[in-house]
Amino acid sequence: MPLDPRSRFDTFVVGAANRLAVSAARAVAQSPGAAYNPLFIYAPSGLGKTHLLSAIGQLAKQLQPDLQVEYITTDELVEQLHQAVTRGETEAFRQRLAELDVLLLDDVQFLTGRQETQSELLRLFNVLQRSGKQIVLTSDRPPAEIADLDDRLMTRFSGGLLVDMGAPDYETRVAILRRRCDERDVTFAPGVVEEVARVVFANVREMQGAINRLIAFQTLGEGDVTVEGIRGLLGDRGNGGGPQRLTPKSGEYESFLSGLAVAVAQHIDARRVKLVESTAEWRTQGYRTAALERALQSAETADPDALLKEFEEKVTRLRELEQEIVALDPSQRGSVQFRDPEAIEDLERLAEMLRAESSPPPPPDASLVRAEFEVGPSNQLAVHAADAIVEEPGVRYNPLVIHGGPGVGKTHLLHAIGNELVAASGGAMTIACVNASDFVNELIAALQDSAIETWRGRYRRVDALLIDQIEMFAGTERTQDEFFHLFNTLMEAGKQVVLTSSRAPRTLTEMDERLRSRFEGGLVVEIQPPDRLLREKLIARQLAAAGVTPTPDVLHAAAGLEMPTARDALRVGERLAEMAMHSRGRLTSADVSRVTAVRRSTPVHRATPSGDTPFGDREKTVWDWPDLSGRIIEDLR
Amino acid sequence: MSLVNYATREITCKIVYYGPGRSGKTTNLHYVYGQVPDERKGKMVSLATQTDRTLFFDFLPLDLGTISGFTTRLQLYTVPGQVYYQATRKLVLQGADGVVFVADSQARQLDENIESLQDLHANLGNQGMDPRTVPLVLQYNKQDLPHDMIMSVDDLDEALNFRGVPRFAADALHGVGVFETLRGIAELVLKRLASPAEAGSR
Repeated sequence: MPLDPRSRFDTFVVGAANRLAVSAARAVAQSPGAAYNPLFIYAPSGLGKTHLLSAIGQLAKQLQPDLQVEYITTDELVEQLHQAVTRGETEAFRQRLAELDVLLLDDVQFLTGRQETQSELLRLFNVLQRSGKQIVLTSDRPPAEIADLDDRLMTRFSGGLLVDMGAPDYETRVAILRRRCDERDVTFAPGVVEEVARVVFANVREMQGAINRLIAFQTLGEGDVTVEGIRGLLGDRGNGGGPQRLTPKSGEYESFLSGLAVAVAQHIDARRVKLVESTAEWRTQGYRTAALERALQSAETADPDALLKEFEEKVTRLRELEQEIVALDPSQRGSVQFRDPEAIEDLERLAEMLRAESSPPPPPDASLVRAEFEVGPSNQLAVHAADAIVEEPGVRYNPLVIHGGPGVGKTHLLHAIGNELVAASGGAMTIACVNASDFVNELIAALQDSAIETWRGRYRRVDALLIDQIEMFAGTERTQDEFFHLFNTLMEAGKQVVLTSSRAPRTLTEMDERLRSRFEGGLVVEIQPPDRLLREKLIARQLAAAGVTPTPDVLHAAAGLEMPTARDALRVGERLAEMAMHSRGRLTSADVSRVTAVRRSTPVHRATPSGDTPFGDREKTVWDWPDLSGRIIEDLR
Repeated sequence: MSLVNYATREITCKIVYYGPGRSGKTTNLHYVYGQVPDERKGKMVSLATQTDRTLFFDFLPLDLGTISGFTTRLQLYTVPGQVYYQATRKLVLQGADGVVFVADSQARQLDENIESLQDLHANLGNQGMDPRTVPLVLQYNKQDLPHDMIMSVDDLDEALNFRGVPRFAADALHGVGVFETLRGIAELVLKRLASPAEAGSR
């Protein structure tokens, strides 16, 4: 339908009752699809809705002549749809509307009872909004009061800016009437226009009809209209006991209301407008704005500024996550989740998973297996606990802390637990088995590379965390803090934690009390220096590996040697095996004595009675300390 | 108490007229009552003594209809001005969105005005409301009295309006300044409802 060239913004008289609607309409015309979409204007009949629609269309065309703008009433839309269906041209009809840049749909209250048109309009709405095209609707009532309106349409109608127009106040009515007189080039006697403005009319259209009648009367030469003559000329309305005045004695009250209306529009609706504006802006950028829309729908208690700030922060986080996730997994590019602030938690989890997958945690040493771990009275408690863990990880002994002097087999048992867990789960479990000093170094490297999230991710997703030599955390702050949170996360998730230490946890005074108390909260077991039986087993195993079968006497004598660690026992076994090779497989008690001599001639790595020095053991000594810069970063952070 | 409900598009505000005894608080409400169309006002509740002094409080509910799309309701209260009704004043002040302080312009009432204003600040503080941020306007009532009996608006400003809030000269008995005052406080309240931080920094 063609737009009425007279219905422009410059011919629309703005008053308090319609200021917001006009501002919104102008914003829409200036940047279709960007400001308020859809814009829904509702007002009783005759207050200028159609005028505003026309004004939007004309200004939009004026600013962007290439725009496809269509003004259509709902009745016409229904009619056109019926014709298209009848002619079998429904698709062409849809196609034509889908190509519009601005759709101006008048009187949508007539959608009542027209389900087919509603379905078509819903489809059109989706198409136009998806492509950022502007829709402006008018109605004589708000969407919620349109009977039989499809819920989905109602949601869409209400999803942009809903704005109403009220009856113009006295001053606006005078301005409207004066403009009409100017257009018609008619001048009335002083006071006539003002008197007409005081008469009660149902709407502006009726009021304009009345002034038209007066203009006709005056220009037809019946004489000038006078203030006194108005009542007679306006018929019933004028004669019904004299014109009813909107502003009789209560002029003050109306003026008060008018001022209040300005304040409400300016202050209260401005908040909503800001929210709506931002919602539209984010939506235009492709973001899901459900949270903002809910705020618009519900009773306003939250501060819109805070709400928008929160939304912006979420969008910022979404962008960071998108960048990171796409870098880790290019197939995620273009995922709609990156535009949904409510999907942040899912995306965080995805990112964590991808981080973890991109650098899996260190696995247990496959060479340290349970089958080669000999059991004796000195370590059987620890081994039983380890076996129980393998049977039911995370259930019985969690955390398990194994402590004992160097060389008693803690590391072996720890890795053995890891390997058993992997085997028992058929490879499904992810096990992190790491030396504490490596753990510290990894953290420092992550801090240096600003990859702390990645570092956290790879450990948080493990099914069991096994850390060797936990005492190496002594003196660190950030590591203990990170470990504390990791520990809690894993424990809450029912994941198994196993730690080894050269000392009992309660004596690790250089560690946070919160950590120590948590270590004590599970099972703490000690591996003693190897007992005689265990020593025999270890020596026998070494000899058997070399194909030597010692006599019981020799074995007994060998096991009686001083061997504070399991590793010492293995070395004795190795030495005896070497001797056996030189004596064609035969070993005597004298050979055992020579081993003693050898042992005594070489520095002996033995634990002090308290067993608290790892430096006596080359394997347990940390040779690669983090460099100075790393230490400083660790301390500062 | 105050509410802007965007879902039902309703605004409800409680406005309290405060001031010393006989300054004209009830007169303000009576004038408003007289001007508002019947369908827009509820019953005015007024508990007064035999000498017409407000005993408990006056209450005038106004349903202003749809303003800019919002169903707008104002609830106007007065407090008894006499010093000994302190407990009632505190009660009425609870949940107030805005306060109109009605001062008696008569020079001899200056001390009562100051005392009542201090009382207002103390009571707001006791309610957990920051007296510096609560929307407040002053009304200098009885400006129609002979000049030699009253203080000028400037002098009253000097004495009472140290925060520089909007103030209105009035003759409440004849309605002068009554609606201007009500509009002034209503605008401040609406502004604060819209942007608490902005109104607070006033």
